[in-house]
Amino acid sequence: MIKLEKRAQPSRTLALSTPLIAVVITMIAGGLLFAALGKNPFEAIGTIFWEPLFGEFAFYYRPQLLVKGGPLILIAIGLSLGFRAGIWNIGAEGQYIMGAICGAGAGLAFYPMESIFIFPIMILAGALGGWVWAMIPALLKVKFGTNEILVSLMLVYVAEQLLASVSLGLLKNPQGFGFPGSRNLQEYASAHNAELITGTGMHWGVLFAFIAVIMSYVLLNKHILGFNIRLTGEAPRAARFAGVNPTRLILFCLGTSGALAGLAGMFEASGPAGQISIDFGVGYGFTAIIVAFLGRLHPVGILLAGLLMALTYIGGEIAQSNMGLPAAAIQVFQGMLLFFLLALDLLTNFRIKFAVKGAA
Amino acid sequence: MKLTKLLTSAALVAGLATSAMADKTKVGFVYVGPIGDGGWTHEHDKGRLAVEAEYGDKVETVYVESVPEGPDAERVMTDMALKGADIIFTTSFGYMDPTINVAKKFPKVKFEHATGYKQAANVSVYSARFYEGRAVQGHIAGQMTKSNTIGYIGSYPIPEVIRGINSAYIHAKEVNPDVQFKIVWAYTWFDPAKEADAAKVLIEQGADVILQHTDSTAPQAAAQAAGNVITFGQASDMSEYAPMPRVSSIIDDWAPYYIARVGAVMDGTWESVNTWDGIGAGMVGIGEISDAVPAEIKASALALKDKLADGSYHAFTGPVNKQDGSAWLADGETADDGTLAGMNFYVEGIDGDVPQ
Repeated sequence: MIKLEKRAQPSRTLALSTPLIAVVITMIAGGLLFAALGKNPFEAIGTIFWEPLFGEFAFYYRPQLLVKGGPLILIAIGLSLGFRAGIWNIGAEGQYIMGAICGAGAGLAFYPMESIFIFPIMILAGALGGWVWAMIPALLKVKFGTNEILVSLMLVYVAEQLLASVSLGLLKNPQGFGFPGSRNLQEYASAHNAELITGTGMHWGVLFAFIAVIMSYVLLNKHILGFNIRLTGEAPRAARFAGVNPTRLILFCLGTSGALAGLAGMFEASGPAGQISIDFGVGYGFTAIIVAFLGRLHPVGILLAGLLMALTYIGGEIAQSNMGLPAAAIQVFQGMLLFFLLALDLLTNFRIKFAVKGAA
Repeated sequence: MKLTKLLTSAALVAGLATSAMADKTKVGFVYVGPIGDGGWTHEHDKGRLAVEAEYGDKVETVYVESVPEGPDAERVMTDMALKGADIIFTTSFGYMDPTINVAKKFPKVKFEHATGYKQAANVSVYSARFYEGRAVQGHIAGQMTKSNTIGYIGSYPIPEVIRGINSAYIHAKEVNPDVQFKIVWAYTWFDPAKEADAAKVLIEQGADVILQHTDSTAPQAAAQAAGNVITFGQASDMSEYAPMPRVSSIIDDWAPYYIARVGAVMDGTWESVNTWDGIGAGMVGIGEISDAVPAEIKASALALKDKLADGSYHAFTGPVNKQDGSAWLADGETADDGTLAGMNFYVEGIDGDVPQ
């Protein structure tokens, strides 16, 4: 008979190794899934994990990992601060969209003027857009005690409607023959978030993501605010006795995560996506939640998890076109990763005991 | 640009490698939905299979489904081009700018973008005159409705969809002056849950005919559950819902076009073109009109279809006013393609505003 016994202390070794174990189990279970679909599981797993990094066209895919992973990391870093303190911002997708709308809107307001000040203004506008959108659940929570999970999530749908509205109206390309979508910012030099070094995939958003990783590491380890965040998450009562101001903490965590998500949206709209369109939001804000947990809410972990997630996306597409795997199978594969990670989390807090029957 | 050079030379190498190995023409397809959506993507995939059936060993086709419109699409196209695709069909409006971007990097690869307006030396655009099918649909719907209320599930308020609404309305009104359209915007091409909700709302508001410009069969299922509501298959025949609620359908038949274009790549005659074909050329088909439709209505619908096919009648023939009452087409005047391509207004009689 199998019994679970609570550990006195969460196992540190397991806390660090579960993401790796989860990846391995996902490979095995995913392999079985691909085999059941009649595909060679070794080839499929190999295509997903090997091809983008070391395959024939790795020179193209490796930069793409940064392009795909950058926004995930930037958003997840912001989310992890709140998650550590037990403040659940689920609406990063909405903040991402609002950041994109405000950032791109600020840039388009200057069209066709060229100036080096336009891009910094767009960065500020993008961060502000995401920050304001996150401040709504934050203020409602501190003033009226509403649940930030629900409010932030619902605001995603509001943001999506606003996105559709501006794509069809306010920001619509006047030269677009009535079709929805803004001007392409890639063709507007002052507002274009171009690659910093051609061919590397490094654009301003990726750079900001790396900076965010470092800042968050410093904040959590060297700063009293970071200590308060960790304390609130691990021992809320102790935090209160220690004089942590919960209101300030909520405003800071939600505000920061909103601003970072907004930045990610702005960099995406002005760079890889190039325009505001109805389908601009492709779920980075939600995927970033997985990335945050996959990375154990740790800055370095999130960096690696973001790149891993990007790898499964890019490798998954290659597996689709090379092997004819259905898109749904790839999505199941990605879902398994989070599922196994959460399931294995149990083992950090509990240990399995094989009790002899009757002895208990 | 270093990367551009790198990419093109790699494409060249890959292209040479494949042609040296098997001399196969490699054809790529980028889909916005799953191939099992039963509508839009399903029909494009049937076109892909038709290309395989036509040319057998001489072609190799690859596809990626459910590709989001934006940078992801750009990556998928680049991936196909790198691996030596000779021609790539990108089958959704939102792939327009990504297609142009990738086409710039791979001048030797041919691209075909569906429903867009940006052409280039190696990018053709193609679309179907779905609005001709909508005319036949409106003609049947106007006579079949008992509540005089027709529900319309719009996807996005883009010219293609607005054209469809106008065409259906004009021809429903022609046979039933009391007819009213209720329009719901789903802001999606494929989302069974949203589409089912939209259909239910319209039925609750008294609609007994549901027209859809979204790709799933969910509205058909909702109509079937409600009973006494008729529908039309969209993009695909959706004949599994015949004879009721589905009484007819608009079928997109891409197969002849795809076969012709791939053939043109094979014999080296491919040129960038702008194709907009309708019932006459076979790109738009009208699915079998079921027995739920009285014989005389069926006969007049088929007569209308024939007139559209041989060009003796244009679906937008005056007198037609715009919604605000201003004149658009004079008596006997037909709409020009430019206005139709960018149509962003309702015709007179339709309630509500085009979302802005």
